[in-house]
Amino acid sequence: MSGLLAIARLELQRLFVAPLAWTLLAIMQLLLGLLFAMSVTEIVQNPERINAYSGVSAVVGDGLLRFAAFLLLLIVPLLTMRTFAGERKTGVFILLQTAPTTTRALVLGKFVGLMSFFTLALALVALMPLSLLWAAPLDLGLLGAGLLGLWLLTATFTAAGVCMSTLTREPVLAAVATIGLLLALWLLHAVSYLDWQPLLLGHGVPVAAIARKLALVSHYESLLRGVFASADVAYFLLLTALFLLLAMQRLLLERG
Amino acid sequence: MLNNAQPRLHAAGLVHHFGPIKAVDNIALTLHQGEILGLLGPNGAGKSTTLRMLTGVLAPQAGRVLVCGHDLCTRPQAAKRCLGYLPEQPPLYPELTVHEYLHACARLRRLPRRQRASAVATALADCGLDAVARRLIGNLSKGYQQRVGIAQAIVHRPDVVILDEPTVGLDPQQIRQIRGLISRLGQRHSVILSSHILAEIQAVASRVMLIHQGRVVLNASLADLHRQASANIRLGLVQAPDQAALTAIPGVASAERIDTRHWRITPAADSDPRLALAAAAAQNNWGLFELSGGQHTLEEQFIALTTRDDGAAA
Repeated sequence: MSGLLAIARLELQRLFVAPLAWTLLAIMQLLLGLLFAMSVTEIVQNPERINAYSGVSAVVGDGLLRFAAFLLLLIVPLLTMRTFAGERKTGVFILLQTAPTTTRALVLGKFVGLMSFFTLALALVALMPLSLLWAAPLDLGLLGAGLLGLWLLTATFTAAGVCMSTLTREPVLAAVATIGLLLALWLLHAVSYLDWQPLLLGHGVPVAAIARKLALVSHYESLLRGVFASADVAYFLLLTALFLLLAMQRLLLERG
Repeated sequence: MLNNAQPRLHAAGLVHHFGPIKAVDNIALTLHQGEILGLLGPNGAGKSTTLRMLTGVLAPQAGRVLVCGHDLCTRPQAAKRCLGYLPEQPPLYPELTVHEYLHACARLRRLPRRQRASAVATALADCGLDAVARRLIGNLSKGYQQRVGIAQAIVHRPDVVILDEPTVGLDPQQIRQIRGLISRLGQRHSVILSSHILAEIQAVASRVMLIHQGRVVLNASLADLHRQASANIRLGLVQAPDQAALTAIPGVASAERIDTRHWRITPAADSDPRLALAAAAAQNNWGLFELSGGQHTLEEQFIALTTRDDGAAA
């Protein structure tokens, strides 16, 4: 356990002494802040958009959290690419390989370190809609479910990025592969609209239904709508665990 | 607890192949308390692969490694706590200060919180880094970065310190400082030092292992090698006599021709035939121009042992 924490702490420390993490935080805040300001202005100018089905939380929160998810899709791979690929490239990975820690602690430590950083970033995002608390009645349940969804989505992104990072010693390659993988999981959502049931061994394969079950977005969307289903949460947790396990396996194989 | 007679590091039957290339082929190695072992070999001999297996970075395909009695394969955590390793490229985080970095290393090596500050202070002092402790590693010169690399290898006071080519890329002044540092390390730790530079090993090591094409071709204490070296006499004569004339001189056990004008004389046990050789040369007008205890034996052995197989393979 102490090995895991030592690695997580080192990861976090390295993030905050270098400009990259600060810059990413700043850009994310700037873009989301602009969007937030625009949607609040929109509500002020067209108050008739608020109705019984769609309140302030839904109008502001939904747009903000959707855009945040898209931004994180691009930001997470930039930080996860440094974990193993970047450290291999600079030769510093040997420091962790010769430290008296397990492979599990190594992978989980990196994951926990990065997730601490992203949790902080999400807390800053959450402050925007929460700042409306004194001005409008907010549906905290709806916002909470959406934020939980965003956090789980980020955890899945991070685990996928860490996994891709263990596969190569080229950080840029790791980042590109991660973005590609995440976009593919995202695009499965589009497949779920296809009306196509190919025959396999005499049975119709429900491609659309399978794609809907596998796509990242469909699970995120139900949380954004305020539907807290354990199946959606389990989907993100399982996918995260799968990527982390694959990363550990890859590192064990590398030892020979 | 370990007693002092038990080896700090013991490896046997290490094998590692990269595809069809035998990088390391059945290497055995023992390191005792307070010993500085020089691992010597031409580039690509398998030194680094051996060291990577001794430190647990690479798993051996056959053989085992015991560090302070702990098996590196079955009890890696206990074994790795007794190890400090400086790879060819020092594993540094350029964005951290020296102080932050060494603290992080002490934490990674599971040093108890109470001991960390004093361990870092000792490592800084040992490696002469006090003046740069608050500077960013990325801004330090190559020599200082190398010292930070050594500091991370000793910060947790391991029994065994393994240094892979620690003086590559340094200027002569820095090389002298690092050598001094390694000699001091040998007083408290057991050290394995790899290099392809002969002089470096001769300067600090107490024992030499020569690796060539993944095998150990020489394993001897430096004192033994020096004894052999000083025992041989190098003789230079302008008008060389035949071999029989030289071996007839009292005290000469054998004479071996090196080239047309040079001979290597092996004296008989407990005798020094140099005066007799000089007298005989003067008497017979052989034209003596060189007479010395051979200092080049280690280098000659190095060349001989590392070129022999190349010729056979070619």
